[in-house]
Amino acid sequence: MVPLWWFIVLGVVLFVIGAAGVLLRRNILVVLMSLELLLNSVNINFIAFGHYYDDFRGQIFAIFVIAITAAEVAVALGILVALARNKSTLKVDEVTMMKG
Amino acid sequence: MDQGFFLLFAAASVVTALTLVLARNPVHSALALMACFLQISAIFVLLEAPLLAVIQIFVYVGAIMVLFLFVIMMIDVREAVLQRFLPGSNLPVLVLLVLLGVEMLVLVLRSDRFSVAKPVAMRTGGEVRQLSTTLFADYLLPFEVASVILLAALVGAIVLARKEPE
Repeated sequence: MVPLWWFIVLGVVLFVIGAAGVLLRRNILVVLMSLELLLNSVNINFIAFGHYYDDFRGQIFAIFVIAITAAEVAVALGILVALARNKSTLKVDEVTMMKG
Repeated sequence: MDQGFFLLFAAASVVTALTLVLARNPVHSALALMACFLQISAIFVLLEAPLLAVIQIFVYVGAIMVLFLFVIMMIDVREAVLQRFLPGSNLPVLVLLVLLGVEMLVLVLRSDRFSVAKPVAMRTGGEVRQLSTTLFADYLLPFEVASVILLAALVGAIVLARKEPE
């Protein structure tokens, strides 16, 4: 029997790694992939708690998170393709069009 | 037995996640993320959520990562390989991340609300059936809303990625 806090520690470690990717990397594609990692680490927590408290809501929430993630990725990659077509850059710090 | 498998999968997922953040080439990052998702789905199996494990493999590894690889193929990624991290000092970000991790661990593990020590009795069989009954009976409205959101995202992605008429 794996104790619950192992799963929580794994979720926290993956979340911090993903947040590091979001905050530090320069390539927009890698930033988006790190975002996926963030959502997945949260899913681990949902399912672990749902398992240990014998509750289906954890799994159901994880299903919704996966569905919303799919939508988010589709829109984000559409924006990315449009960006690469119009500005031909993939660096986060060079995308400053919305400065106002 | 379970613990050994958990440690194996957790170590592999952490290593692949680090590879994702540290790799120079975005293709390598995508492959590392794919491996990480496979490990996480194995962890879902350990948590007795086989449906979620299969959905994880289908949706993430099968759809989302292939989408990423297609976009990488469409876009010239060579210019982005040269510099991995944002220019300037990254020390404040690292400190912030460590603080974030410590804070989450302390808040969750030291909190009185979660009795994380003793697991309750495991349920028996027919789990997917119960799960889908709950999903389609009690959570029907969120389910429909999610489908509408997916449709909107589909239309939005097509409109965004289309070439604008001259």
